[in-house]
Formats: sequence, structure tokens, C-alpha cells
Amino acid sequence: MSAKIKAAAVPMGLIETPFYPRLAALSRAKSWIGWAGYISPLVLDTVEFEYFAIRNQATLFDISPMHKYRITGPDALAVVNRLITRDIRKVRDGRVGYAMWCDEDGMLIDDGTVFRFSQTDFRLCCQEPMYGWLMDVAWGFDVVVEDESDSIAALSLQGPTSYSVLKDAGLDVAEMKPFDWREVEPDLWISRTGFTGDLGYEIWVPRDHALAIWDRLWAAGADWGLRAIGGQALNMVRIEAGYIAAGVDFQPVHAVMRLHRGRTPMELGFDRTVAFDKGHFNGRRALLAQQDAGQRFALVKIDIGGFKPADGALIYHRKRTEVGHVTSGIWSPTAKRNIALAELKAPFGISVTTDLWADVYVHEEGVWRHKMVAVVIETKPFFANTRARATPPRAF
Amino acid sequence: MGKHSSYDAIVAGAGHNGLTTACYLAKAGLKVLVVEKNDWIGGAAVSRSLHDGWTYSNCSYVCSLLRREIVRDLELPRFGLQVIPYEGGASFTKDGDYFAYMSDHDALRREIARHSSKDVDAYERFSQTVIRQCRFIRPFLLRNAPDPTSLKPRDISELLFLVKQAHGLGAKELGETLRFWSMSIGDFLDEHFETDLIKTHIAGAGIIGTGLGVYSPGTAYVLLHHYMGDVDGAIGAWGFARGGMGAISNALGAAFEEAGGEIVMGSGVDKFLVKGGKAVGVALENGDTYYAPIIASNMDVKRTFLKHMDQGVLPADFTKAVERFKIRGSSGKLNIALDSLPKFPAAPEGATFMRGDLHCSASLNELERAYDDWKEGYWSKDPYFDLLIPSQIDPTMAPQGKHMMTVFVQYAPYDLNVDGVRSGENWNDATRKAFADCVFDKIEQGCPDIRKHVVHAEVRSPWDIENEVGLTEGNIFQGELTFDQLLFNRPIPGYAQYDTPIDGMYIVGSSAHPGGGVMAAPGANAAREILRTIGKGKLMPKFAA
Repeated sequence: MSAKIKAAAVPMGLIETPFYPRLAALSRAKSWIGWAGYISPLVLDTVEFEYFAIRNQATLFDISPMHKYRITGPDALAVVNRLITRDIRKVRDGRVGYAMWCDEDGMLIDDGTVFRFSQTDFRLCCQEPMYGWLMDVAWGFDVVVEDESDSIAALSLQGPTSYSVLKDAGLDVAEMKPFDWREVEPDLWISRTGFTGDLGYEIWVPRDHALAIWDRLWAAGADWGLRAIGGQALNMVRIEAGYIAAGVDFQPVHAVMRLHRGRTPMELGFDRTVAFDKGHFNGRRALLAQQDAGQRFALVKIDIGGFKPADGALIYHRKRTEVGHVTSGIWSPTAKRNIALAELKAPFGISVTTDLWADVYVHEEGVWRHKMVAVVIETKPFFANTRARATPPRAF
Repeated sequence: MGKHSSYDAIVAGAGHNGLTTACYLAKAGLKVLVVEKNDWIGGAAVSRSLHDGWTYSNCSYVCSLLRREIVRDLELPRFGLQVIPYEGGASFTKDGDYFAYMSDHDALRREIARHSSKDVDAYERFSQTVIRQCRFIRPFLLRNAPDPTSLKPRDISELLFLVKQAHGLGAKELGETLRFWSMSIGDFLDEHFETDLIKTHIAGAGIIGTGLGVYSPGTAYVLLHHYMGDVDGAIGAWGFARGGMGAISNALGAAFEEAGGEIVMGSGVDKFLVKGGKAVGVALENGDTYYAPIIASNMDVKRTFLKHMDQGVLPADFTKAVERFKIRGSSGKLNIALDSLPKFPAAPEGATFMRGDLHCSASLNELERAYDDWKEGYWSKDPYFDLLIPSQIDPTMAPQGKHMMTVFVQYAPYDLNVDGVRSGENWNDATRKAFADCVFDKIEQGCPDIRKHVVHAEVRSPWDIENEVGLTEGNIFQGELTFDQLLFNRPIPGYAQYDTPIDGMYIVGSSAHPGGGVMAAPGANAAREILRTIGKGKLMPKFAA
């Protein structure tokens, strides 16, 4: 008779992040969603006031459910450069770079941030689980890939008074420029990064330090209007900033069942993150081929007339031919404009950029109406403020 | 000899409406000059630093009515305008209770039920009625007032629009509308609610800035005027302009200058120049003269025609109508720098409704008596106030940990009665202090320690507001918002299309339709009318056209 193994049962349903006790105590809306298996707030109080706290004061958002991978070893730089489309050699130690990575066909697997400790030590932070792909990419290289997703807790502190909050918490980040990152105290790393387009920081600590850093920031934030927020308000500001979301504005190619749902960085408007001159990287050949043949789609920023949000609206040319759809659309309370990201089929959004219309549907008290509204393609982000980039940052 | 230059258009007064007109005209390609008597722009939408480290919105103090079409046309956020909504509000009673208005609907129902179960449903019906009336009126704000006396196709079409909108209401609702436009807010609230404290909390919006009492006919409309705005589509919501109300004027000023406009500050208009029945220019107090075939006055209609124009060029009937235009000063203002956040002991710790508008009036009778004092030429001994602490939300208004309080006070007379003599000149340091003391006494009802926290206070009577801002009698709306002075009667019957008896001379401020509040609608409507008159109507941008 062989001995039987007693298997440990996995937890069912959503599990708590390290910050959950604080979030649960603050939640009035009781509006939670699942994020990578963790319980995450969609709204804690009201989306309106959480939104305005991001653009007017300071906010804390728990980003612990993000996937985090540590890539260390003599070949770490080579692995990262093989993985992503931009040239990581140009990102210095103590800096963070926004990056995209593709499969062999040049289709986006995910986007995220690469934190460079040194040329032998990187952290990759992203939305999708990536361990298997990283192991594939690292095969044959002298590196170790470690999944830090559960061991590192992270908070996003965003908004015009976020620098003041850190300062009052005794954390000196005055000299940090956008995309800098520093170990400000032992085991407490701060990067000047975020998903809001505003002044902001992300704070990275070992999981068991989570509540201590929350309490420290919370106390320091009392005079600065610090507010905890959920993902819904964050989604509004990231659209204003022109940032794309996985599964919304593009479909991560490893996660789709249907063929041809993948998109290239160029098709998403991120040509600048592709460094063809750095040597081989995953997808390079396919992306070069697309450069010659031309892109199939264009993800564009659009301004839509009227005041009704156009999320999901179909886009027409000359009000007749369907040429694409809105992937993310909101009324922007800061820009006071009706804004959206939209995917258009080539040549629309590339060589044909006028006479575009959104068919906006509005449901009001049991009645549906729809209206063709003029669309204007924009090149700049809908939200831009000099306070986001000032170093040293302003007090508010 | 002063300077002499020529322009396509001159705007007299850099208030928010004057700047709005100026922006639209400049964007249509006109060479536009704005002249302003003060050394700063903004009129009554200003942010002023009168005590080191603090910023006061020392006239208008909250924002809701500013039309989003105009904000979008003129791209004001690009020039730094950020409007932040505030949540809730409360009225504190003498005996330590309060009624709190909360933006959380469920909490609001519970709070109302704490005072009266019956008023919970009454509140739902009340807000439904008010929002319905707001929805009816909002489309008229960026249109010319219909003129029933004119047979011009455009006037007939405006009239048809009114008839069509009214017809859409149905007979019953139209009756309600007419009642609403003419009745008193006191009667209207008595029809709905049984709790005096709740009625009083709501009634304030019916008297703010108005020389009427809560039981005077016409005050229900004044409430509507305060509810018909929105913040991001939330009708009735109010907010702060980040950095104070001056952020609105400064954004307009920056948009105007980007469009090629020019602003001259520091000397006001002495005379509007008229030749052969046509406006030809302005002569400033400092001797400079500027010429243009289009003159837009941002001053109220009384100041424009009675103080800065030769009476000989105006029809006598018109002058008479201007003279009888009601524009009574009825409100004062305290702007206060505080060393910390003062406590209102009745409110629960950390209550979010404290970030909204706070009051210490508990009954409609109390408000009516406050009005009685004003009629006799005194400030209210037991005044109504609209008190906010914007620095709880806007981090730019006060140093860290310190706060800024704005207190709008109703009622305060323009021509103060001292020993039976009524005169604006009676406002001096002594009477201002006595007025402020009376307001502080009332604030103490909710906030007993208020006086201990005061670092600096600016006290403004209607007389002061007239002298600094230029609003006749310090009336914040440039003319009462009563039915006899609205729509095609605003400001003067027969001259409701921003025009005047002088060719090329226009009224672009809040004296014109649709009236006061930091709305910018009169300024935009006037610009549209001016451009149409000179054959450039097509150049008016899409949203406000």
C-alpha cells in the first residue's frame, strides 16, 4: 500500500489583498470586483468624489493584484530586451520604462512597466499572468525568474497633493523625476509612476509591511484631502490621460480564443515603443513586415460632440459605412469634453480622418434614443497639466 | 492727451460675461478690446489674496450655472479651469440638532426620516418637480428670449420654440410651471413638507441675492435659478472652481488673449461715446479714448445708461424703464481666514456633509423676519447665511492645516438706516464691524468657537460691492430675478435681444436674459446676436450657436 497525499484545498472565490482590512473599513458602496483573484474595490464611496480626489487632491489605490515578476542574473538585460519591443539599454538603473511585448506574429501579449534595479536585476509589472511566457523567453539564458505577485504589496498614490502627502509622511522624493525609482527607506521602494497622467507615485513594500505604510500615508494625508478610491474612478482618469487597458482597448493575444483579435503596438498607436534598431526581439520580423504592408487598425483618441458618453458606440464614415467602435468612452469632468478611445479599420484613422461619426445610444427612463454625433480625432492626451511633470513637484 | 486707438469691438468691463462676449467676438476674427476699471479682471468672479497665504473668492463663491456649452466652445479647462463638485450641506439649530443634506440618496432618506417619515416621500416629489422645471427651462438659457411683440421670423421661431416646449408639458404641468414661476418659495415648500427645518434648509436658494422674503411671490423661481445649473450633467449640483472663482475669469482672459484680444486695466469707462444715434467708442476716466463701431457693456443696465451716457441721446421712455429696473442690494459677504478647521459640535466627526453649504436658520418665520429688518433699512438681526469652507476640498485656498471660510449673508441693505437716515454712506468700519458681529453671533449657533479661529476677515456690504465691483446697489444678479424682469422683459421690454436704442451698443451682462449667476449665458447670447447683426452669425461656434 502506498501512502496517500493529503492535498491542501485552494481557497474558493476571491481572496484578500494585504490592504483589504483598511479598504473594507472605508467601503460605503460595498462595490467590489475580482481582479486577478483578489477582491478589489470598484467604488468605495462615490465614483464622482473619488474621481475628483485624483484630479484635485490625492488618492490611494491598491495595485497589489498586479502581476510582478523579478528577472535576475547575468543575462537579465538580454532577456528583457528579447521580451519587450523597446530598448531597455536606454532605461538607466533606477528608472522605469513603459513597455509592450508581442508574440512571434507581432501581436501584443500585454503592456506594463519594467523597473530597472541594474542590468542584472529587473521587475516586470503587468496586468496578465506572464510567468510561463517569461520562462519561454528566458529559455537558454542565465537568469532566474521569480513570481513576486503575492509577496510584494503595492499602492498607487496619485493626485496633485501626492507629493505633499509623501513629504509629510517623512518620505523624501523631491528630487525624483517622472519614471525615477528609489529605495527611499530599507524595503520601501517608490516610483514616480502611475495610470492617471497626473502627479503621482507607486509605493512597493514586502507584503507584511503593507498596513504600516497605509497607516503612515493615511495619517499624513489628513491635511491634503487624501481619499481611498476604487477602479472605476481610475478608469476615467486613465482615459483622460490616453492610456490603454488590457482586455478593453486591446485583447491580450494569449487570452483570446478567436483568430485575428490580436493587435500590434503600431495599431494601438505606440510606434514609439518599438525599437527596430536594437537587434532581435519577439515579433520584430512580423512588425517590420507590417511596417511595409501597413497597419490593419488604428486606435485613436477622439472628441465626440454633445454631452452623452459614447462608450461602445459604433463609428461610421459619412454616417453610412461602419468603420470601427469606441473601446473606452466617458464624459471627462476635467476636460469638460466627451472623450473616447476608438478602434478604426484602416485606412480610417490613418489616411482618412474626417467625416467620422459616432452613433451614440442613450437610455433615459425607459426610452432609447440614438444620434449620429461628429467625431474629431485628437493627437494629444485629453488631460495634460504641467504639475504632473514638475520637479521638484508643487505642493498641490 | 491720452491714447486713441480703433477696434472692431470694445467690451466695457472684464466680468465673466464681458470676457465671454469678448472671447466669442475675438474667435470670430474681430479685433477686440476689453477695458476694466480695476487692476484685475473678473468683476464678481475673482480670487483675491487679501491675507498672506489665503485666497478668497470674495464675491461669487460657488459654480454650477456656468454653461457647459460655453466651457467647451472656449476650451476653458485648457486655460486652467477645473470645477470640483462639493457634497451635501447642513442647517444647525439652536438646540444642537441639525438637518443634513447628503448626496448619498439612501443616507439622505434616513436623515429626512429622522425628522419626519412623511417628508421622505415629499422630498422625492419635490426634487422631481424641481428637476422637471429645470429641464424645461435649461434649453432657454442659451437662446434669445422670445419676443411676443415682434413679427420677425426669428422672433416668431423663438416664440414657437417656447410654445412647443410648453405644449410638451401638457396642460397640468404647464399650470404647475406658471405657478412655479410666480409663487413664493415658502408657499411651495409648505405644500410639500411638514418639517420647518427642512423647508428652511431648502428655502435659502429662493432668497439668495434677492430683495424678497420667503413668502414673497416670485421666490420659487429664484430657487429654480439656483437649481438649473449642473456639474457634469448632475442638475442642481454645485462646485468650487479650483483656485477660487477667479479661475473662471482668468481662463476666459487667457482664452481671449490667445484669440488675439487685448485687455486694458486700471481705468474705467467715463462715457460711452455716441454720434448720430450710433455708438462710436468709449472715453476712459484716465483720458484715453478708444473707438469701435460695436460697444458691449458688461455693466448693469442702470450703470450703463444712467451713469455713463449722455441722457440726451436716449429716448425718455427708455430712460424711465431703466430707472424703474429693480436692482436692490440685499446681501453682504464675509471672507474669513481661519487658523484651523472649526468644529460644529452637533455634526458627527468627519461628516462629509460639512464640506457643503452650512446654515443656522431653523424656520421660515425666522427668514421672513430677517427680510422685515432689511425692508426697514437694517441688516437682519437674525440673518440667513450660506457658509462654506472650500479649503476642505480645494488645497490651493489656504496654507496647510488652515482654512478659508466664505459666508454669504442675507439680508443686508445698500442704503443702511442709521437714526432714520438711509444712505450707502452709512456703511463704514464701525457699521461693518457691527454687521460682522451680528453674523458671527449667528454662526456661533452651530460653531461656538468660530471667533477664536479667525485670523483675518473681510466684510463686504452691498455698498462695498457696488464701489469695488461696480454692481449697482451691490445686487449680485445685475437686477432682480422676478418674473416682471425675466425673458422678454429683461432688462427692458422691447430691448431683450441684447440691443439698446443706440445702434451698435449692446448689453452683455447679467442684466440681460437669462440673468445672474456665473453662467456666462448672457455674454455668449449677446456675442451671437452681435455676430448675427454684422453678418457673421456663422462664425459662432457650434455649442452655443
